[in-house]
Amino acid sequence: MEFFQRFAIPHPSPAIYASMVAIALVSIAIVVGLTYFKKWGYLWREWLTTVDHKKIGIMYLLSAILMLFRGGADAIMMRAQLATPEAKLLDAQHYNEIFTTHGVVMIIFMAMPFIFAFMNLLVPLQIGARDVAFPRLNALSFWLFFFGAMLFNISFVVGGSPDAGWTSYFPLAGNDFSTSVGTNYYMIAIQISGIGSLMTGINMITTILKMRAPGMTLMKMPMFTWSAFIANVIIVFAFPVLTVALLMGTTDRLFGTNFFTTGNGGMDMLWANFFWVWGHPEVYILILPAFGLYSEIISTFSGRNLYGYKSMVASMVLISLLSFLVWTHHFFTMGQGALTNSIFSVTTMAIAVPTGVKIFNWLFTMWKGKIRFTVPMLYSIGFIPLFTIGGVTGVMLAMSAADYQYHNTMFLVAHFHNAIIPGVVFAMLAGLTYYWPKFFGFMLNEKIGKSTFWLLSIGFVLAFFPMYITGLDGQARRIYTYSESTGFGPLNMVSFVGAALMAIGFITIVWNIYYSFKNSPRNIGSDPWDARSLEWATHTPVPVYNFARMPQISSSETFWDSKKKGHQLFKGEYEEIHMPNNSGVPFVMSAIFFVAGFSFVFALWVPAVIALIGIFICMGLRSFEQDHGYHIHVKEIEETEEFLGGAK
Amino acid sequence: MKIDHTQPLEYSTDQNQLNILGFWVFLGAEIMLFATLFTAYFTLAGRTGTGPTPAEIFEITPVLIETFVLLTSSFTIGLGIHAMRLGRKNAMLTFFGITLLLGLGFLGVEIYEFMHYYHVGATYQTSAFTAALMTTLGTHGAHVTLGLFWGTFIIIQVIKRGLTPQNANKAFIFSLYWHFLDVVWIFIFSFIYLKGMM
Repeated sequence: MEFFQRFAIPHPSPAIYASMVAIALVSIAIVVGLTYFKKWGYLWREWLTTVDHKKIGIMYLLSAILMLFRGGADAIMMRAQLATPEAKLLDAQHYNEIFTTHGVVMIIFMAMPFIFAFMNLLVPLQIGARDVAFPRLNALSFWLFFFGAMLFNISFVVGGSPDAGWTSYFPLAGNDFSTSVGTNYYMIAIQISGIGSLMTGINMITTILKMRAPGMTLMKMPMFTWSAFIANVIIVFAFPVLTVALLMGTTDRLFGTNFFTTGNGGMDMLWANFFWVWGHPEVYILILPAFGLYSEIISTFSGRNLYGYKSMVASMVLISLLSFLVWTHHFFTMGQGALTNSIFSVTTMAIAVPTGVKIFNWLFTMWKGKIRFTVPMLYSIGFIPLFTIGGVTGVMLAMSAADYQYHNTMFLVAHFHNAIIPGVVFAMLAGLTYYWPKFFGFMLNEKIGKSTFWLLSIGFVLAFFPMYITGLDGQARRIYTYSESTGFGPLNMVSFVGAALMAIGFITIVWNIYYSFKNSPRNIGSDPWDARSLEWATHTPVPVYNFARMPQISSSETFWDSKKKGHQLFKGEYEEIHMPNNSGVPFVMSAIFFVAGFSFVFALWVPAVIALIGIFICMGLRSFEQDHGYHIHVKEIEETEEFLGGAK
Repeated sequence: MKIDHTQPLEYSTDQNQLNILGFWVFLGAEIMLFATLFTAYFTLAGRTGTGPTPAEIFEITPVLIETFVLLTSSFTIGLGIHAMRLGRKNAMLTFFGITLLLGLGFLGVEIYEFMHYYHVGATYQTSAFTAALMTTLGTHGAHVTLGLFWGTFIIIQVIKRGLTPQNANKAFIFSLYWHFLDVVWIFIFSFIYLKGMM
């Protein structure tokens, strides 16, 4: 009995027991459903073992949407608790756990897989490649992310959620103040999915540098590919810092080392520095691909080529450099002194310059364009003013002297949601709507899509703008309640209404997918939006080999040129195509990672060691394996092309 | 699979070229990993709490042995790759074998060194300094250990399957890894040991 005691929840509540039952029921339903419909073989062959970048992208997409709802449930609980003064919905401990998991889930397990989804779906198509450079490594990246996410998500029903904030500052996150295993989950789950992210970074950089179609120089790449390239460079340089920080945090908690403790020489501020040396570039890892998506969408629906291509690239390069030079602005009040704070104030404000350049480029792209107000374009147009407000309040926060007033208040919460929701979330939803037909073969309903946009935009403004005011008035973040005499009540109620509208908005997305699946026509062709870049040049649905013949590139908008200026995109005869084989090893190896991670969380050393040995055996087997892939023959290509509606 | 005979064997296929570039990018990430560890070490080296200081526990003899052994192994793997380019399989295997034996020797001395620290009262838990020291050395040592297995696998594959483009590619990438570990050690030797003994 004592052995099982450790898996109990330290702060149980009816909601958590209900979740346990729900998780059990859903799991049983999935197993029974798969068995009843005899889909286990299909699942294994087509999805669990796939190395196809398009299917991996779709799995990233589904996981991200799932996690969006997990994180969103946390958000609505927080807003409900704060809607009225001295509410009793959540106690302090639950509130701590919920704002912690909300942050981690939304950044690491929602936004990251969302951008990885688009990178996987789009980058090989935009550069005219068959797949990524290392398809099997790509599958491993996904499954490491997936099992990392699952490990993190079981924390609230097995052993207790982390409760030290998504930043998990020490000494709060140390053993003295975080006594449950929750923070172990934080350290290890993020570590596992972080390894996956790093591998994606390496994979994408190699793909983009070496696998572009003939004629596509770096400065002829579509803008999303440029943004993905720079984001992945940031990933490769930022994630190892997190790896080390998490390793040290893990050994502090499990082996009693003194990196971040307050005794024996430990330095708690070292964690804060490492965390944000990764954490600030992480912000740009998320926002740059979002900028890339907006660039594609705005240019398509304005009917004009992207204004200032070179300055777009230059500004992203500059942002990527500056992103590593601003981390201290996350803790101006934590004792660096005036000189350090001033330097980091200046570097922080400097980021507004290249970002401003991009904003003007998008405006000039729309200038004199024939704008089509489709759903993706609405998100993009909504993004510009809303994101600019977030940027301006960011410059306010960058002033280190003034930051003493804003620090740790709702003002900060309003600012970063104001940057991330119109910046990243809107971009992901715009991209989802824009690219949906390419990968699923039907369009999402425009009417429902527009109501989603308005619900989310109005909900967003109502939810977060009041926080600027209560924050300046002194409402602290991460505090589970407030007294009536503070006067924060009415504005927090407005926030709750906004959050509820956003929740309805997100539900309409699911409704839209269901409705469109039932009702949308399937004969939409391969280019339903009259788009400009290469990913639209191949068939819908995209054949497994992407392009039957290598496209010949002449500009950054080759596909547009081929439609309007008579550029010949595909030349020559079909040739045999070499493709990689499927493999179950990435899935199995990541599942073993999950076992290892779980054992580390609970300090169960025997299974931990066995699982680690299992991981090394998988790596050893991979070393000895000879996998030369397979070939698609010319005849088969011809048949596929004919079946998909004519040769390309 | 198209083999380009104008290139050295390890670069001769498209996938081989991708593998090498990908590994260089991975080494970039590894540089950041060790840079972070060094940052932690430099920040925490003076924070010894009630435990010993660097100068009290460092011994020059084992460190010098480790340095000479590892630097020599970097030279021998260079010879191994040179032999591979000349197509001399047996010479390559011999040099790879010597490299791994030297690596094993390095690891042996490093284990002795850790035992020495334990005996003089500097354990993993003693202070921030010992934790940073042992994590930095341990991460490097873990890389060497992994390399020993990896190198052995490559030797077995070259014996069984010969000098194919795939095997040459693996051997070349392994040599990049091994040289990288050597570069990291030069930094450890200079900025952890020598600086700590001054």
